[in-house]
Amino acid sequence: MPKITYIAFDGTPYEVEAPLGSTVMENAVKHMVPGIEAECGGACACATCHVYVDDAWTAVTGSPEPMEEDMLDFAYDVRPTSRLSCQLKVKPEYDGLVVRIPERQA
Amino acid sequence: MTAPIETDVVIVGAGPVGLFAVFELGLLDLKAHVIDILDRPGGQCTELYPEKPIYDIPGFPIVTGQGLVENLMEQIKPFHPTFHLSQQVESLTRLDDGRVQLTTDAEQAFIAKVVVIAAGGGSFQPKRPPVPGIEAYEGTSVFYAVRKMEAFRGEEIVIVGGGDSALDWTLNLQPIAKRVTLIHRRDDFRAAPHSVEQMRKLVAEGAMDLVIGQVTGLEGADGKLSAATVKLSDNSLTTIPATRLLPFFGLTMKLGPIANWGLNLHENLVPVDTEKFETSEAGIFAIGDINWYPGKLKLILSGFHEGALMAQAAKRIVAPGERIIFQYTTSSTNLQKKLGVV
Ligand SMILES: Cc1cc2nc3c(=O)[nH]c(=O)nc-3n(C[C@H](O)[C@H](O)[C@H](O)COP(=O)(O)OP(=O)(O)OC[C@H]3O[C@@H](n4cnc5c(N)ncnc54)[C@H](O)[C@@H]3O)c2cc1C
Ligand code: FES
Repeated sequence: MPKITYIAFDGTPYEVEAPLGSTVMENAVKHMVPGIEAECGGACACATCHVYVDDAWTAVTGSPEPMEEDMLDFAYDVRPTSRLSCQLKVKPEYDGLVVRIPERQA
Repeated sequence: MTAPIETDVVIVGAGPVGLFAVFELGLLDLKAHVIDILDRPGGQCTELYPEKPIYDIPGFPIVTGQGLVENLMEQIKPFHPTFHLSQQVESLTRLDDGRVQLTTDAEQAFIAKVVVIAAGGGSFQPKRPPVPGIEAYEGTSVFYAVRKMEAFRGEEIVIVGGGDSALDWTLNLQPIAKRVTLIHRRDDFRAAPHSVEQMRKLVAEGAMDLVIGQVTGLEGADGKLSAATVKLSDNSLTTIPATRLLPFFGLTMKLGPIANWGLNLHENLVPVDTEKFETSEAGIFAIGDINWYPGKLKLILSGFHEGALMAQAAKRIVAPGERIIFQYTTSSTNLQKKLGVV
């Protein structure tokens, strides 16, 4: 099973085993990683599951679809590596993925 | 203030649960007025996920948020509910005769025998952008809606966002402003293409500014804004003169005035019994996402059930002593007359 590391805003790493096909958001919620709110439950409708994909991994995760890009307008401190974690579906290539959690969800 | 509207039932909230309550009340001959702060019915379904599929509405293997609301509107048509949109219910007080008076921020008062709170997660309200210290300027220099355009005449206006509200107000305020600056985090807009075109034309003519970046700070004193700090895409900072700031960051749900209506609350929800879905106050019911009871599930289908039981109890209040006969819509000509199908 792919392993994902979430780095909380205070620097604490959380390593989690993520089943294929689940989302990066769902695994954060399941393991109570702090700083992911996911108010809309993964519908790409709230922008409270915002993460920064580690620079080394942006090629693997690719770029957001237009709907996600639109929703990112509502997130706080959006950067080029910003993604909504509910839109990242775990694939075998995600093994080792590192995402950082922003200071706050909007 | 115009004369109060006197009615059997007032429903606070036009989400799916408030809409279906119109149906259940209507079958029992109770007429409803429905109030919502949004400018259209549908609550979360139309505001948050109009195009997304819902799979757990009984009898509908799949229906979109918008589709469900359109169907509900069709279903309640025979009962002619009166909608009062774009207004928030501010206050609720008990009158000496036992009825309840509600007042909205549009200064409309209602006097009802029964009140149904179907307020979901609370009122939809503009999201406050996470800019430090912004609260100090709200209502004086920072606004989330334009009520009177005159308040913006001759001002240095900074508008933030990339949707229709941001673009519409950019275009509407540009002629009367000293200067308008539109700030958006990317050079790509969700707004209608023709407004984006018009905006780009004004920028090309030098009649306004477009800045790609994110507002990170505000400058000013005593509630009077003077400038906004913007982080540009290359991470450098710039300062833009601003006496008015209009951030458009979408909507979020806040419990709002309901907290001050004298009802018992349980973690921002309104506890009810599971026989009538009545609150701690007689004649005031709560159904849908806003209520709480042991085992509560925030599902649309649960809200529909709650509405059906609430209507029975509401009928007993409006028409005390009248016998309620249990009937099916399939076979009761009486109900079918009300539905206008016979
Ligand atoms: C992304 C997403 C997906 C979902 N998917 C499903 C699903 O698949 N199945 C399912 O069953 N549920 C789903 N839900 C939940 C479902 O949408 C809610 O349970 C439902 O909308 C609740 O309906 P409601 O009428 O109680 O409240 P709401 O839909 O929240 O409507 C309440 C309305 O009341 C108004 N209001 C509140 N206070 C005031 C006031 N003081 N004055 C004026 N107006 C006021 C609000 O503006 C709002 O329009 C989903 C929710 C989301 C966000
Ligand atoms: S959980 Fe709401 S947008 Fe991802």
